[in-house]
Amino acid sequence: MNDLNIEIKKKSFPLKIKDKKKENIIFKSLNIKITKGQFVVFFGPSGCGKTTLLNIIAGLDKNFDGSIVTENNKLNSKKKISYMFQTPRLFPWLTAFNNILFPIKKEKNCEKIAFNLIKKVGLEKYRNQYPDKLSGGMQRRIALARAFAPNPNILLLDEPFISIDKKISNSLRKLLIKLWRKNKPTIVFVTHDLDEAIELADRIFFLSNLPAKILLDHEINLTRPRNPNNKKFIFLKRLFSSTTRFKTK
Amino acid sequence: MSALLKNELFRRLASIFFLIILWEITSKIIDDQIILPSPIDVIESIKYHASQDLFYHVYITLLRVITAFFLAMMIGSAVGIAMGRNKKIDDYFDGWLILALNVPALVTIILCFLWFGLNEVAAVLAVTINKIPTVTVILREGTKAVDEKLVDVGKLYNQSRFEIIKDILIPQLFPYFVSAARSGLALIWKIVLVVELLGRSNGVGFKINEFFSMFDTTSILAYTLVFVSIIMSIEWFLVRPTEKKLTEWR
Repeated sequence: MNDLNIEIKKKSFPLKIKDKKKENIIFKSLNIKITKGQFVVFFGPSGCGKTTLLNIIAGLDKNFDGSIVTENNKLNSKKKISYMFQTPRLFPWLTAFNNILFPIKKEKNCEKIAFNLIKKVGLEKYRNQYPDKLSGGMQRRIALARAFAPNPNILLLDEPFISIDKKISNSLRKLLIKLWRKNKPTIVFVTHDLDEAIELADRIFFLSNLPAKILLDHEINLTRPRNPNNKKFIFLKRLFSSTTRFKTK
Repeated sequence: MSALLKNELFRRLASIFFLIILWEITSKIIDDQIILPSPIDVIESIKYHASQDLFYHVYITLLRVITAFFLAMMIGSAVGIAMGRNKKIDDYFDGWLILALNVPALVTIILCFLWFGLNEVAAVLAVTINKIPTVTVILREGTKAVDEKLVDVGKLYNQSRFEIIKDILIPQLFPYFVSAARSGLALIWKIVLVVELLGRSNGVGFKINEFFSMFDTTSILAYTLVFVSIIMSIEWFLVRPTEKKLTEWR
């Protein structure tokens, strides 16, 4: 069963070079069908339109030709898409707890849901702190909890664990898998880190440089938790590096 | 002594005390009550006027200040936020705004009295119109500086336009509201006095005009001192604590 059908006929940005207007084409006839409950990773070089793709799916960027159809969209007018951005984007004037509460504040039992989540990310002691007083890793935990708060059908993540300590990003990935396993939302995760992609994904789409095309669409059938030193893991990594042209770190 | 100088409160109080001494000495040298009465004379005068109608006039003026202040803050903020959020509205009204900023306060006051008569509505309206453009400018700039990425979070979770303004824009605009309020309070009470002098038969401005015609400098200073201290108390006991409360997350 498909949960998310992405059909982008064309997406471009206007570009001005020396007073001449040009069009920078990001996507052209991009068709992707994503199965319900799958953990999908888009892997590609920086600037290949990964964030643009997520913004289109989220409905934040409506300026494109094509359509995004979610199964939920047909049944229910309230789409349940959640999004964890590249930076935590917490509201600095709300406490950690109230940030998690934000997407669900009109629902019943919202306080209970938010409290359960802050406990799961291990920050219940910090619930009354403002985000600026928390470390980068803690802010990301809160952002992750907020993303799960509305119990989304589709969860988008835009390189959420970038530019933080490796140890912390490892623990955050484990936390993400733990939270995902509970209600299994469809996840669309974007990264340019191949290790991260193989560790997390059920299915990886490899994107090319602009205009972005799918170079390779591969299912990953490793058991979780995955160990980067595992033979199969290393084999996959070599395979992908050789077939997809871009260097891994 | 040096220990005392390290105390902030002491330095502040010492500076005020020094000003009063300076005033006393100057008034002794000039030795003319019409030019500069001594601080003691002024305090005596405050006591005298307090037993007369000082508080009635101060109260009337304060009412006008507060009414005009809230009207100007509400209208100015709404227009400023609209202009900051919407480029088209900004284009249409930017010219009006510059015009409004440059019309002298005196002209608006006289026009309001001419159009609406020498009444309370005209008086408060004149002050409000004078203050609106400055509030609008401050809030427009603030709105343009709003973090659009946080607005996107609101849109993502299906917040209505009103909720986005209430929960995401306004918290980011607190510093601009405080700045507009602070400059507004100072400006408004000065304009209110001119309005009262020109077209009202009560209030501090009216009384000052009366004392002016009798060359009663002592009473003018007495009224001024009382009113200035009220405005300063509002700043210290209302604006500053509110600011502190609202920006505790910083």
